[in-house]
Amino acid sequence: MSDTALPGSAAGVSSASAEMTGARGAKPQRRISPRNIMIYGTLFVVCVYYALPLWVMIMTSLKGMPEVRLGNIFAPPMEVTFQPWVKAWAEACTGLNCDGLSRGFWNSARITIPSVVVSILIASINGYALINWKFKGSDIFFTILIFGSFIPYQVMLYPMVILLRELGIYGTLQGLVLVHSIFGMPILTLLFRNYFSSLPEELFKAARVDGAGFWRIYFQIMLPMSIPIFVVAIILQVTGIWNDFLFGVVFTKPELYPMTVQLNNIVNSVQGVKEYNVNMAATVLTGLVPLFVYFVSGRLFVRGIAAGAVKG
Amino acid sequence: MDYSIQVKNLTLNFGNVSVLKSLDLDVKEGEFIVLLGSSGCGKSTLLNCIAGLLDITDGQIFIKGKNVTWSEPSQRGIGMVFQSYALYPQMSVRGNLSFGLKNAGLPKAEIEQRVKRAAEILQIEPLLERKPAALSGGQRQRVAIGRALVRDVDVFLFDEPLSNLDAKLRSDLRVEIKRLHQRLKNTMVYVTHDQVEAMTLADRIAIMRNGVIQQFDTPSGVYNRPVNLYVASFIGSPSMNFFEGKLTDGGKTFEFADLRIPVGDYAFDSKPADGTKVVLGIRPEHVSIGEEAAKSSFSVPCEIEIVEPMGAEVVAYTRVGGQTLTFRCSSDIELKDGDKVTLGFDIARGSMFDATSERRL
Amino acid sequence: MAGFQPGRLFRNINAKIAAIPMVFTALVVFVGGTLWTVVYSFTDSKLLPRLNFVGFEQYERLWSTSRWLVSIQNLMLYGVFSLVFTITIGFLLAVLMDQKIRFEDAFRTVMLYPFALSFIVTGLVWQWVLNPQFGIEHIARSLGMDWFSFDPLNNPQTVLFGLLIAGLWQGTGFVMCLMLAGLRGIDEEIWKAARVDGIPRWKVYVFIIIPMMRAVFITTLVIVASGIIRLYDLVVAQTSGGPGNASQVPAMYVYDYMFQAQNLAQGFAASSMMLLSVLIVLIPWAYLEFGGKKRV
Repeated sequence: MSDTALPGSAAGVSSASAEMTGARGAKPQRRISPRNIMIYGTLFVVCVYYALPLWVMIMTSLKGMPEVRLGNIFAPPMEVTFQPWVKAWAEACTGLNCDGLSRGFWNSARITIPSVVVSILIASINGYALINWKFKGSDIFFTILIFGSFIPYQVMLYPMVILLRELGIYGTLQGLVLVHSIFGMPILTLLFRNYFSSLPEELFKAARVDGAGFWRIYFQIMLPMSIPIFVVAIILQVTGIWNDFLFGVVFTKPELYPMTVQLNNIVNSVQGVKEYNVNMAATVLTGLVPLFVYFVSGRLFVRGIAAGAVKG
Repeated sequence: MDYSIQVKNLTLNFGNVSVLKSLDLDVKEGEFIVLLGSSGCGKSTLLNCIAGLLDITDGQIFIKGKNVTWSEPSQRGIGMVFQSYALYPQMSVRGNLSFGLKNAGLPKAEIEQRVKRAAEILQIEPLLERKPAALSGGQRQRVAIGRALVRDVDVFLFDEPLSNLDAKLRSDLRVEIKRLHQRLKNTMVYVTHDQVEAMTLADRIAIMRNGVIQQFDTPSGVYNRPVNLYVASFIGSPSMNFFEGKLTDGGKTFEFADLRIPVGDYAFDSKPADGTKVVLGIRPEHVSIGEEAAKSSFSVPCEIEIVEPMGAEVVAYTRVGGQTLTFRCSSDIELKDGDKVTLGFDIARGSMFDATSERRL
Repeated sequence: MAGFQPGRLFRNINAKIAAIPMVFTALVVFVGGTLWTVVYSFTDSKLLPRLNFVGFEQYERLWSTSRWLVSIQNLMLYGVFSLVFTITIGFLLAVLMDQKIRFEDAFRTVMLYPFALSFIVTGLVWQWVLNPQFGIEHIARSLGMDWFSFDPLNNPQTVLFGLLIAGLWQGTGFVMCLMLAGLRGIDEEIWKAARVDGIPRWKVYVFIIIPMMRAVFITTLVIVASGIIRLYDLVVAQTSGGPGNASQVPAMYVYDYMFQAQNLAQGFAASSMMLLSVLIVLIPWAYLEFGGKKRV
């Protein structure tokens, strides 16, 4: 596949953030004009739609159950309580375990961190090899990889199960890390390949004349020049892997379920009285990590998800 | 004869596209060679093959008598300077200069000493601790040359090293490279598309086109005795005037439009048959004017159409036999549009080519 | 050939070693895994995969199972609405954002944050907001609108729209960002030229800008469409496929047959059908994108 690979999405990666500067519409008009009232009015209504669920989530999680039953889900709590949060974190039950979401949180952390590291390491080396050390057939494998990223995961789930079972890591965290590394590979490889192709080729040539080999050029020349794209890849992977549900539920067992799976089991469990405040606290807790990444990374996040969107 | 670089039957294909076509090139010890051609002619590709940065399809490359066809670039005893400087952005100038030496496992003291010497030669000692981003274009290129210098090798390869610089810096550095060559006396292969650089720097110039070396000769050789029409038109600015006609009178006269030009004084490489279609090439600077013209082997009255003053000299356009003739003369001679003048030239300084094979006659 | 030429195989040996994970993933997992699933979809595997071929039997059963038919119908309905609304809303929002407004960053931050959240979180939040006992319906009625009824998740007729509300909430902000990048990528001189020619703004958008953004629209379409086909987490969290089977989707069918009902081949057949539907989206796109301009 040539440089035209996924042109729109690849362009989106670079332009989504680069072009975020300066609007291009008509000249700004008087502060209060019918046109402005319409624009800002519409945007305000839209923002209410987007913001409301987060508001409701947090407000509900800060109320006691009596107040939840009485009242208005949009109203702020009359009496703030953190009890639902404590319960969601440390006491909520899934099946036989009653140690709350904390278990899922630590599982997710133990899944996400190695998966991010391994997948990014592999993909960045792939991208580097694809650009600078082309060998016969390397582009064919890359093309398969890209088209493979469009195959629904469901098609490859069972063969993966067999593969992990053969390797003896089915149902373990290592197995899930491998799954995330494999299915993250297409998009990350594309990301790094495009980035490395934008670096001057002469630098690579100069390093070869200077006697540096494959690994030395990667670690001493390429890596230090690629910090931004590594940050983008980390954003993409942390949110993607943290939010994963399907792989978690298929490739791990209940004690090792990631946070999303555990959250779903807590909230959608049919036993007992529904504690909506605890459920909402659990939901907020599960969303905290990606939200934190989102608010901290700002514009880089747009680049990250624009890159990751191809994954679907 | 000691050859520094020998390229034998070098062929390079990218898929079905033939980029270099069984090239031969012999470079003598200490020679300054320029590979010259327009973009896409394969000159940079050839240099990359010599450096070992491209795997060739067929042929052999020797450097200092050693077959290096399949050696790693760093094992070939070459240093290379790139158009974009290719300095490692995260390393200081010192880091850039010593990176290759560290990779080669040289002792610290030796590295230190070589970096110091290169910095002295190139006068970049005050810059050693700076990052490339903090250097000007000229300084960067000096560091890039330094990186080749510290390697202490016999062969320097330059890939359009001055193309990214502005005109003033370019001529300064050109002189500096020449001075460097005089001082180091090592072999240099220099790729450029700029014929001024080629003419001023080279001991010999290899003019390339479509992956084939057209002519490999001294600057005066390619200028005065171009082997074919392409070389003739490529070298020289403004470019050579060409007139297409045929030989008559047993090869003693060149007939073109209604003009009959005696060519008895021309030193033919091989005597062509009568009636051969021939292209006559005359360099604009070999056209004489006024009294000078009268003394030439051929002269003709003309009317000046356009005058372009260039300072020290003037380029003017006129018509001979219905075709444009460009000529150059000193600006002491006052010319203006519509002037009627006599122009002449010595056929011995011209070049004649077979119109079909385009080869020099 | 003259001279010593080391075996081609061992040139760039490090690069080849480094590429092993990629080659493994491409060949074994993507190609191998897909073929494996397709092959086993023609068997009668139950609890364990076994190669006892039964022709198209699994597919015949699949297409006569009402749950699958409902799933497909749901997916198509959800897909059409989701595509139309996501792209229309995303584009309109992008146009609004491109009017040199103030607080652009703040608006974008609010519109985009749902995209950072997982479908599980999205589904659970909207399950709560749409809860008839406490959510929007309850609020409206307590404000005196006794006639007001809004309970999409418990009604088989409307449950898909409940999913759609949540899906749009999660995804439109991102489509807006893609579209905005597309709008900003258009040469400003187009706008100047249009102003000089006195063309109304809406006409410029419809007749000039949208055709110029063809690539962005196609990419967005492919991204949104391939996401829709995989639709799973959201449904699991928000409705668990209910009420009844009213909001089943193919991905759930696959999962249930593979990992719950222990009827593997049925799951394989269903997933192969999903693959087929992706190919139907992907092949025309690949043709449009790469077909016309093959480069060496």
